[in-house]
Formats: sequence, C-alpha cells, structure tokens
Amino acid sequence: MTQPTQAGAPPPGETSAQIVAIAATQDMAAFEALFRDFGPRIRAYLLKLTRDRQAAEDLMQETMLAIWRKAGQFDPARGQASAWIFTIARNIWIDAWRKQKRPTFDHDDPALVPDPEPDAPERMVLSQSGAALHEALKTLPPEQVELIRLSFFDDASHSTIAAQTGLPIGTVKSRIRLAFGRLRTALEEFK
Amino acid sequence: MTQIRHHIGEDLLIEYAAGTLSEGWSLAVACHLAMCPQCRQQLALAEATAGAMLEELQPADGPSGSWDALKARLDAEPEPKAKPIARPASATLPEPLRSYLGGDVESLKWRNLGNARQILIETDDETTQTRLLCIAAGKPVPEHSHGGRELTLVLTGSFHDELDSFGPGDVEDADGSVTHQPIAGPEADCICLAVTDAPLKFSSRLVRLIQPILGI
Ligand SMILES: [Zn+2]
Repeated sequence: MTQPTQAGAPPPGETSAQIVAIAATQDMAAFEALFRDFGPRIRAYLLKLTRDRQAAEDLMQETMLAIWRKAGQFDPARGQASAWIFTIARNIWIDAWRKQKRPTFDHDDPALVPDPEPDAPERMVLSQSGAALHEALKTLPPEQVELIRLSFFDDASHSTIAAQTGLPIGTVKSRIRLAFGRLRTALEEFK
Repeated sequence: MTQIRHHIGEDLLIEYAAGTLSEGWSLAVACHLAMCPQCRQQLALAEATAGAMLEELQPADGPSGSWDALKARLDAEPEPKAKPIARPASATLPEPLRSYLGGDVESLKWRNLGNARQILIETDDETTQTRLLCIAAGKPVPEHSHGGRELTLVLTGSFHDELDSFGPGDVEDADGSVTHQPIAGPEADCICLAVTDAPLKFSSRLVRLIQPILGI
C-alpha cells in the first residue's frame, strides 16, 4: 500500500486528539491516521538531516514507535502536537544517528523554578495557536524564514551555516536572532 | 528567588532546540532552563516554530511497506509500562546536573584549588570541558580562561566584578577577550557550572612548543 502524499497540513487540533486517543485506548486507527499525516513529513525532516534514504526511513519508524510509547506523556496544555512530534524525531536523530547525549531539565524536578501563573504576561507565547504561528511565519521576509528553517532542518551548527553561506559567524547569529525577534513581534500582533 | 538578569544566549538556545548543540554546552543550557521559566518559554517558541515548519515540509515518500513494517513492530511490542521516576523531596542543584554528579551538594567530593574547589564533570563531548566550581565567600574566582568561549552558570551564591553581578541562574558568557577577576559575594560560597571550549590538543611536542609563537 502506498501512502498518498498530502500537501496540506492536518487540521488544527486533529493531531493532538489522535495522540490523546493513542494514550487513552491504544487507538490503532488514530495511530495510522497520524502516520499518514506525519510519517512522510518526519521522513522528509530526517532525510534533510541525514541525506540517507534508508536512515531516514529507519529513524522515522523509530520516531513513530516512540510516539506510540510516549503518547501518555503528551500534554496538550503544554504546547502544540507538532512541536512535541518534532522534539521526539529530533531526540531520536541525536541519539541514534549522531550518537550524542542531549541533557534535559525535568519538569517535575524539586529544584526547578516553576512557571509563573497562567495569566502572567510571560505566558503569552504558549497560549498562541498553531495557526497564529503559521500566519506569523508568513509575515517574515523569505530569507529570515529560510535561516530559521536552516537552523532546524539542516545538520548545521551556526558556524556550519556561516561556512555554507559565506557569512561571518557573528552575522549569521545576529540574523537568526533578528528573525526570531521578528517572529515574536508578529506573534504578539496576533494575540 | 531573585530575578535572573543574564540569560543564556539565543544562539545557544536555538542550537539546543535544533539538536545541534554539543553535550557540554547543552548541560549548561539545560541547567539554566531548569532555573529560568522565561528561557523555557523561548525554547517552547523555538520548538513550536520547528513543529510548524515540520507541518509545512514537503512530505517524502518512503517504501510501500512502511506502514505494514511499523504495524508488525507494534504488534510485537509489549504493553507500554510507565517507569516511575524517583525524585527527592527537595534539592539544591537542578537536574540534569545531579545525575551527572551522582548526587546533590552535600555528597560532592571536591578537589581543593586554594580559594576554590572544583569537580571535573565527565561528558562524552570532546569539544568542551565541564566542571563545577565552588568559590569561597568573598574570595576571587581563580583565573581559568584560555581564550575560547566560556559559560559560567551561577547555581548558588553570587559573584561580581566592577561592572556587573551574577546571582543564581545568571549566565556569564565570556569570549576570552575579557580579562577580569570576579569576586564571590560575601554572603555565601558560590557554586557555578563552568563550560569552556576544550583546549586544543597537539600530539607533537614540536607543535606544542611553537603553539605560543603561532598564537593557537
Ligand atoms: Zn533565562
């Protein structure tokens, strides 16, 4: 069976509901739908990072298995489903392909300084919908979007991006910072 | 908790979100994140952006049996069981640092360095050197710059120089061009996590001898 490749992203909220269903009832139909939506995109992401078709397929399968196993850890209140899926694929790539460690903080650590109250101004960003983020990205100049994309979808540290684009490292860093600054400003306008 | 004024650099935060930051720097970033809700927000924004871009990626077709292969692995999969994580009721040093050190402040085995004590932290990252420093209250921070980038995250206590002061959660991001001698605050010993570029290693004795001449 071949999967039809859809150009459009899944409707907002659908992915989130699928992950919740997988966690609650090990819902295979929801998992298959999630695979049809995200499998080819996770594969595309991993292909960009590894430039190796077989590795991209293997790592995509590992990512889907991890999504199945960790579905119970997904908290829709903490963020977008696509962000959660990205972090799982990224961690599989670091672990299985780059064979490196990525130390992380623990949300339930007693030494962690807790988040401010939900109505505090700093909480603004998390309350943004995925749709607002897509809209905000559309308002950025294409070269800034491209720099953000390069920082996530290329196995490239900022110094590698500098080497590839021929720009000084300081310029690359300040342009990426500028791009994220604009993204934040655009998101505030969508509030 | 006093307000954090010196945050982790956005370049490090984005590389951490992308997964391209090496282990040593990542350890400092993760510890700052544990202490700084504001930077956790920035990380969440970066990851949400990556997620939105993942949704916009042109899908890549795989082998026709991809779903069947995945389904077969799932069918062979045992029921997922959640492993309970043991956490202490309270802690001074944040995770992931306690795991790297094998315990919290009271169980550490320091090595004396005059006014300071240190512990080398082992990582698999050959590009950085990571250590925990404890500077005696009111005493100067020992000179340890070697010309590269150096991140110093304050975990307890504080240090200051003529220009600035750094308290719990603050990060000093120095590029080696700064020559100053910070002093630990008088109120308590100051524990910090320090990450530096690993010093370049040359196997040849001749290269080591001319290293100062070449300026490397
Ligand atoms: Zn911060």
